[in-house]
Amino acid sequence: MAKTLWMGNELIALGAIRAGVNLVSGYPGTPSTEILETVARHNPGDIYVEWSTNEKSALEVAAGGAYTGARTMVTMKQVGLNVASDPLMSLAYIGVKGGMVVMVADDPGPISSQTEQDTRRFAAFAKLPVFDPSSPEEAYAMIGDAFDYSEKYGTPVLFRPTTRVCHGCASVELDENRKKIAPDGFVKDSRWVIFPRLTYQNHIKVEERNPRLGEDFSSYGGNRLTGSGKKGVACGGVSYSYAMESLDGKDGFKLLKVGTPHPFPEKLALEFLSGLDTVLCVEELDPVIEDALTMIAGKYHLPVDILGKRTGHIQPAGENTVESVRAAAFRFLNIPLPQSPAAKEAPALPVRPPVLCAGCPHRGSFYAVKQAMKGKKAVFSGDIGCYTLGNAAPLDMVDTCLCMGAGVTVAQGLHRMEPDAVNFAFIGDSTFFHTGIPGVINAVYNETDIVLIVLDNATTAMTGHQPHPGTGKTMMGEISEKISIPAVLTALGVKTVLEADPLDLPAAIGAVTAAAAQKGVSAVVFRSPCIAIAKPKAALAVDSAQCVGCKKCVRELGCPAIVMENGKAAIEPSLCYGCGLCAGVCPTGAIQGGKTHD
Amino acid sequence: MINCILAGVGGQGTVLASKLIAQTAMEQGHTAHTAETIGMAQRGGSVVSHVRIGQGAYSPLIPKGSAQILIAFEPAEAVRTLPYLAPDGVMVVAQKAVKPVTAALSGSNYDGAEMLRFLREDGRRLILVDGEAILRQCGSSKALNVALLGAAAASGVLGFSVADVEKAIRARIPQKYLDINLQALSLGAAAGGQNK
Repeated sequence: MAKTLWMGNELIALGAIRAGVNLVSGYPGTPSTEILETVARHNPGDIYVEWSTNEKSALEVAAGGAYTGARTMVTMKQVGLNVASDPLMSLAYIGVKGGMVVMVADDPGPISSQTEQDTRRFAAFAKLPVFDPSSPEEAYAMIGDAFDYSEKYGTPVLFRPTTRVCHGCASVELDENRKKIAPDGFVKDSRWVIFPRLTYQNHIKVEERNPRLGEDFSSYGGNRLTGSGKKGVACGGVSYSYAMESLDGKDGFKLLKVGTPHPFPEKLALEFLSGLDTVLCVEELDPVIEDALTMIAGKYHLPVDILGKRTGHIQPAGENTVESVRAAAFRFLNIPLPQSPAAKEAPALPVRPPVLCAGCPHRGSFYAVKQAMKGKKAVFSGDIGCYTLGNAAPLDMVDTCLCMGAGVTVAQGLHRMEPDAVNFAFIGDSTFFHTGIPGVINAVYNETDIVLIVLDNATTAMTGHQPHPGTGKTMMGEISEKISIPAVLTALGVKTVLEADPLDLPAAIGAVTAAAAQKGVSAVVFRSPCIAIAKPKAALAVDSAQCVGCKKCVRELGCPAIVMENGKAAIEPSLCYGCGLCAGVCPTGAIQGGKTHD
Repeated sequence: MINCILAGVGGQGTVLASKLIAQTAMEQGHTAHTAETIGMAQRGGSVVSHVRIGQGAYSPLIPKGSAQILIAFEPAEAVRTLPYLAPDGVMVVAQKAVKPVTAALSGSNYDGAEMLRFLREDGRRLILVDGEAILRQCGSSKALNVALLGAAAASGVLGFSVADVEKAIRARIPQKYLDINLQALSLGAAAGGQNK
């Protein structure tokens, strides 16, 4: 078969299919999302695939599957692991029968995340093995190894690519041989029921197992030692690829590539450290390799200096780059850095912060709440999703944002300490199902006054339009009964549940005003589909004879389709989705329905 | 090895263009690597795609100063990505500026002219593409990526011809959009050829 261009995430999925995975669950999150989608797309027909409501549910579904002897995988981004950490920590003691891979994508930078946490650290905390691929090609091979090690040691294993591995594409020839896994079924046994005594016994086993696993990993192909000399470079993940880009063909030093940062391949590391004077550790996020080598050097009384993040030789935060790794490695190895010609100073560049799309219904929702609360003391707690972009000027409607589901509950704490403010909580439909519901129950039961604004755009938009319980579709392509958010809210005891179209400005403002007047929990569910899944309406146009150039549309809405040309507003027809919000804002009625969208 | 960097604004179609370049190269028997911007920046932010053709590429990202060709969908994004271009590299740039929402708000009148002047004065080979005119001729607002790809292939720097790209497009673009894209490709190629 010829080579094809595949994204790292696609290769992880195809590698899992090749390894005979029987069940894949997950919750979308950049940069992990395409993995589960690819399993669904290339499903030979016998793999169960689901988008679960959150990462905790997803991990538990995968664990149950693995109890039967099936091979299972659960996918999420790094912050999703925080949500799933409760079952993961316990599962580390209980173990699994079939191979189970917990696929957690990290996001150095961060490029699209709230934290720069390091899943390799989480692996050490949970006492679990972790695989760390350095390229899309390696990820394809390594995912199969992860399943094998999981089964061999009866433990879930973590697999953590980073953004550049997930979203990098490489030309790879696929191996069409697929492993057949026939699970022998769940066998009732007290081993599946966690109790303090069992935890204690299994804790001893885990502590005894991990050094053995480290020894096993010392001869694993994902860990490699090359070169010779008195200096050493140690790296892992995509930083290994950056190091190779700069150091390939150069010699006079040892190079250690770490593909399993926990349990650390101590034997191989000892071989690496023997005879070295200094080591430079090149990695992103936490100094995991650096700390492991420092510990081993101490344990064996080795006279070697370990340099890296803790000594200021590698940047403490953000992404490494080819340039940053080359500069650090060349300085360390005394290789002169080629001087690049001084670039001419570029003119000041326009800044392009991400914004809500033209036609996005969230713009209407935010604008309606802003208008309804004009002149009143109000605080707007936001949440995770496209609608976090409501923080940007001119909307400026996100006062807090912490993590999935936190808006609902942060609003309650704010209100308890400052009851004179109206406290709004904005939450998207997928986030509502993910972790929003317990927060609503908390407010209803404790009788805290909040106004809940559900932004229901009928999809999980930010991560690329995945189905969720409100969409009526499952990842197996089946039609499922939609779970109605207003019905859920009513069942939870929310007395005022209003529904409104966010693009019908007077009705939207009216609904918010009515909800804000209530005591206790009141809710407005704004329903309008994401423009990426809805058919665009006819684009609008500005009648320049009527436009007085007041800029109200620009100043209040911040729609990317509206620009100023020669002192008058103009609408870029290729961007306009015909939402009509601007027509409702224009004081002179200059904005009207335009031609049909192509 | 050929390094090609693409720069634009989220929504302009840079990802499809980089995929087409990699796939065309692979059909000529080369290996290819790409890296994209996916996630929040796709919503109107600056986006960059890295395409590396041939053996010896370890990093998914192109090292600065080593791209043989820069394909920019917008003048300011060309300037922003210029540090990646090799000393003898070629720039293919769409003339029309895309104003950020912040420009309209802050009253800054960014129109791209200053960026184009800077690019002209740079001294390296510059192929300007009047994307607006091409899109008007094709009757589509979405084919800028293919037009720029035509100009880039015609420049001779990518290591494959316009006909090779055409083959890759025919294999991948749905029939419904094929004519528009082929027209954009040839109009772009004409722009690239004239600047040779």
